[in-house]
Amino acid sequence: MSKSKFSWGNLYLIFTFLLMYAPIVFLIVYSFSTGDSMTNYHGFTFKHYQELLADKRMIAIFLNTILIALLSSVFATIIGAAGAIGISNQKRQKNKEILLSFNNILIVSPDVIMGASFLIFFTALKLPLGFWSVLLSHIAFEIPIVVLMLLPHLNELSDSLLTAAKDLGSSSYQTFSKIVLPFIQPGLIAGFFMAITYSLDDFAVTFFVTGNGFSTLSVEIYSRARQGISLEINALAGIMFIFSLILVIIYYFIENNHSQSNKKVKARLRGKL
Amino acid sequence: MKKEFKFLYFAPYLLWLLLFVIAPVALIFYYSFFNVNHQFTLNNYITFFTSGTYLTMTANSVWFAFLITAMTLLISYPMAYFITKLKYRNLWILLVILPTWINLLLKAYAFIGLFSHNGLVNQIFNFFGIPAQQLLFTNTSFILVAAYIQIPFMVLPIYNSLLEINPSLVQASKDLGATSWQTFKKIIIPLSIPGIKSGVQIVFIPSLSLFMLSRLIGGNKIITLGTAVEEHFLTTMNWGMGSTIGVVLIISMFIVTILTHTSKKRRVAK
Repeated sequence: MSKSKFSWGNLYLIFTFLLMYAPIVFLIVYSFSTGDSMTNYHGFTFKHYQELLADKRMIAIFLNTILIALLSSVFATIIGAAGAIGISNQKRQKNKEILLSFNNILIVSPDVIMGASFLIFFTALKLPLGFWSVLLSHIAFEIPIVVLMLLPHLNELSDSLLTAAKDLGSSSYQTFSKIVLPFIQPGLIAGFFMAITYSLDDFAVTFFVTGNGFSTLSVEIYSRARQGISLEINALAGIMFIFSLILVIIYYFIENNHSQSNKKVKARLRGKL
Repeated sequence: MKKEFKFLYFAPYLLWLLLFVIAPVALIFYYSFFNVNHQFTLNNYITFFTSGTYLTMTANSVWFAFLITAMTLLISYPMAYFITKLKYRNLWILLVILPTWINLLLKAYAFIGLFSHNGLVNQIFNFFGIPAQQLLFTNTSFILVAAYIQIPFMVLPIYNSLLEINPSLVQASKDLGATSWQTFKKIIIPLSIPGIKSGVQIVFIPSLSLFMLSRLIGGNKIITLGTAVEEHFLTTMNWGMGSTIGVVLIISMFIVTILTHTSKKRRVAK
């Protein structure tokens, strides 16, 4: 549509995208610097990555973080899926709306409130702070996201399909495993991935409920960053950047793949009915 | 389906609602009526609403959140608008989302390096003949970094609402002789208001409680509502007062949600 390739709009976009990515590039570039501060680049080295890999405490924290992310996402996906199905099964619109607004409370509430209230809750229950309190908190704030990612898929599932299954004599378990589950599978995977990223990204809630002995990467980065700059954190940033890049690629690959196969399934179903 | 089965599979979710949504919020309200010695008292609220420190802190926190939101909106709206004009806009919007997958703490940490006394920003300043400035631990740097982190959350809803605008409306406005600025002002901006509102909502509420940024970048000088909650819970261990501030935070969250709420009916009526 535009006559020339140059436009102020594109210039603005180039400028803002440069600003958006500059800090990330900056971090990673300095992870390869021989110096020990982020001020002057001194030459290429893998030193900080080697230090990071030799740092047993850091590796333990890294594994903790991954473990929490995976475990919490599995539980959140299961409970969230049951919740989403339960919500969409509500006959009255009013009940649906009430359940949904309760579902969304944790999504809109500030992290600090979530962290503080979970801390009160665990203390009231006399649950020791550490692995379990962090795991439970992560499951708790991931569930509403899974529900929100699944509901659109469940709304697309037509009632006539379920009635047809029932008429043809399938049990409720069969209907669930042969129709509902395959139909919402892309939503399940998307929800699972979303839950993982929320878990990896969380700092505030974990910070409140983590206690003394247990730590995740976010909390560790925070306490190290408060002490000043150490290029080991830059190396960690490099690794985490690659890690999130891989996650993004997997996520979009699955999303695209499934939305296509899903379309195929839907077209086939429409042909049959 | 049998009734029992129906309840059974739904039970964990309902239990979650009860234990992790309703109970914690109730507990925060409950704790806000107790002092350090676990005695029932209204003093926390009295202290909050009569002491100058707490009121200025709240006003400051709201003011900073407002500045952060305004700045984010100012940067994000043109971004969203120009991206809708691009050929590969899906790819570009993906590039906007990508930084949100990188840990917030790492992004904050990057700015500690960028803004330090001999950091890159000061080096660029020197290049243009501007003497090195104290950048870290200032209000400006706090607002800039917060805005930087929030940009994707503002771009996305605005971008979606811009895409929803029927192109024939823009065409019609041009046919009727409107300049592109008039079209932008009279058609595009009013029709993208729902996106702006949800963007403001997504950005404003967390901006009230970014305690890690005010510690790492603001250098403890900026006390937001979130910083105050964190301090009362984890440092001074005055949970009652912390809960009271938490309640204030929850109420301000509701006010913001109501202010930025767009009812779908009204949108259709317009």
